[in-house]
Amino acid sequence: MTSRQERLLEVGSLARVEGEGALHLVLDRGRVTEARLNIYEPPRFFEAFLRGRSYTEVPDITARACEMCPVAYQLSACRAIEDAFGVSVGPDVRSLRRLLYCGEWIENHALHIHLLHAPDFLGYPDATELAKDHRAVVARGLALKKTGNDLVELVGGRAIHPVNVRVGGFHRAPPRSELDDFKNRLDDALEAAVLTVRWVAGFEFPDFQTPHALLTLDDPGPKGGARSGGGPRYPIDAGDGVITTAGIGFPLEDFEHFVSETQVAHSTALHARLRGVGTYLTGPLARYNLAGPRLWPVAADAARSAGLGRVERNPFRSVLVRAVELVQAVAEARAIIESYTPPDPPAAAIRPRAGRGYGATEAPRGLLYHRYDLDEQGVITAARIVPPTAQNQAAMEADLRLVAQAGAQLTDAQLTARCEQAIRNYDPCVSCSTHFLRLHRDERRHRHLDPAGS
Amino acid sequence: MSTATETAGAVAAPTLAVWKFASCDGCRPALLDCRDELLAVAGRVRIDSVPEAAGGVAPGPYDLSLVEGSITTPEDAARIRDVRARSRYLVVLGACGSSDGIQALRNYADVADVADGAFQGRVGAAYPSPLYLSTLKYSAPVRDHVKVDYELRGCPVDRGQLLEVITAFLSGRSPAIPDRSVCHECEARGAACVTVTYGAPCLGPVTQAGCGAICPAFHRGCVGCVGSARQARTEAMALLLLAEGCAPDRLLRTLMPANPANPANPADPGHRAPGLAVARTAADEAAGREREEGRREP
Repeated sequence: MTSRQERLLEVGSLARVEGEGALHLVLDRGRVTEARLNIYEPPRFFEAFLRGRSYTEVPDITARACEMCPVAYQLSACRAIEDAFGVSVGPDVRSLRRLLYCGEWIENHALHIHLLHAPDFLGYPDATELAKDHRAVVARGLALKKTGNDLVELVGGRAIHPVNVRVGGFHRAPPRSELDDFKNRLDDALEAAVLTVRWVAGFEFPDFQTPHALLTLDDPGPKGGARSGGGPRYPIDAGDGVITTAGIGFPLEDFEHFVSETQVAHSTALHARLRGVGTYLTGPLARYNLAGPRLWPVAADAARSAGLGRVERNPFRSVLVRAVELVQAVAEARAIIESYTPPDPPAAAIRPRAGRGYGATEAPRGLLYHRYDLDEQGVITAARIVPPTAQNQAAMEADLRLVAQAGAQLTDAQLTARCEQAIRNYDPCVSCSTHFLRLHRDERRHRHLDPAGS
Repeated sequence: MSTATETAGAVAAPTLAVWKFASCDGCRPALLDCRDELLAVAGRVRIDSVPEAAGGVAPGPYDLSLVEGSITTPEDAARIRDVRARSRYLVVLGACGSSDGIQALRNYADVADVADGAFQGRVGAAYPSPLYLSTLKYSAPVRDHVKVDYELRGCPVDRGQLLEVITAFLSGRSPAIPDRSVCHECEARGAACVTVTYGAPCLGPVTQAGCGAICPAFHRGCVGCVGSARQARTEAMALLLLAEGCAPDRLLRTLMPANPANPANPADPGHRAPGLAVARTAADEAAGREREEGRREP
């Protein structure tokens, strides 16, 4: 290929740079004494400035928390506010929301698997170098990402900060004709996603078992059960309860009772713990372990042939689960368009009332919880947002300590690479996943991992 | 992390660097979207992506630096000066860097403040209000810290406009970015006017074009992502909307939308806050009437 296309991927590598964070690791005579994930991303006080804003403004505000998962922020917020107002949206709105959310999953997972995480497994410094030897694979990843972007744009009006989401549903329901053309794109994407599962299955995965509890949203599916095509669904855009591997389950309104957050000095993110249990993980691994049987046959088959068992506790294999979820999201998107009926009206009628509401969805990297208190005019009086990376951070650090300990005999360069790879297992959003780390020894024979000063 | 492609023969490739400050990281991906065109138009460009980890600054110099985000910490204030020193041209991308960011909404305080008049006192005064500026101390547009050669606005920026700005700077001409209003884009797109059709208050008439009129095409009023159009007359628009029966509270919220190019923001070049003052007065009057009526009732 020409040098032009090689340069093209240099720009693509910008996607590896988002958020600000670093790993701090200290080894003392071969023993890991400290493993801290520092998050530098400046706090942006979303919960504070949501106060005083009308419920109508919340989807536009919360979307801007993150360019990677604006749909997750918008829909967690909508569900919480609808809960407070006692609004139940119809099946057509729910389907269109799930379609939009599938777009976000496709985009995020395709990016993470191909451009962010694969280089770690295959021994390349970045996606650009990876593309020199595996051009077709990287091109496939970019094409899948574009399909996800285009789907969000089609339903949401814009790939970044979609404009079409409102409390109750959508501002405008796209007519069938607009969505129909996209079916071919999704047919191609399904083929590509299955290939991606097969490709990722060939990676070499370091041996590691996470000891943490796993937590995910429970989506019992549309009311009416199996007759309406319902029954429990793989958790994406909806769910009213939480399930865990720790034998604890609870309705969403009890989330803050069971999950406590503490502030730690070295991070602007908070650390979450599950009451009576301790650290836990949310995200693909949790979804797969707790809701794996709800995957559609096409995704379940891909998982099986990739060697994923019923239980999977190795975070290094979460990249494989992500690939399986990519298949699921593409297949679901295709089916939703096939049976699409434009919601009419596009949004449920909203009558504000004073109260408190809870909402959660499964962002690509894990459960995103929102809670709002609203007055009788529908103005926010209090807001609480618990993002997935905050929930995962304590468990990530504990896992990193174990990974580093197991790799203590590695050279500095090898250990640095292994730790970076481990951080990316969790696809953290404010994010170290994107930084190169530099390992250096000081004279006390300690080793520190700091962000490369380039 | 500094990567480069080969340079073309004896002519050095123009160098482009991309930097992130406080933001959602939503503008830089536009660069990825226009990479093909960029290479076609600008020929061989060397693009350096720069990690934003503390202290991380690639040496440069750069022909063009693209900066996303607002300046919120003393460290970032030092970093942006360093970026400026290493850059021939510095172009700011997006609403965060050009107005100060959604994170600066905290500076507007709660609408509780609006209720007691503090909000009006803070923003309705002559620009720039010293009180207001002091609240901006830790979230400010890039131009408050260093000389900026161009601001490409939007939340996020439009990839077509980004391409135009980059190619203009690399070829030494002024970017051809229209400063007319979103209304022109509605017309071009064939979108129905949401104010006429649905009675929805819309910032389109006072907002600079650039997004392609996405919101009106999705049957909702423009929220002003791109910031003020050059000849914005927000006060006149506010009066017209009130005359047409728009509820004062709805107008107020329309004028304080959920994006960083907030029209109440003095950093927004169009200074649309006079419209906000109109809405504020109307809302006060409406509240006064309500109190009167409440008093009269038994």
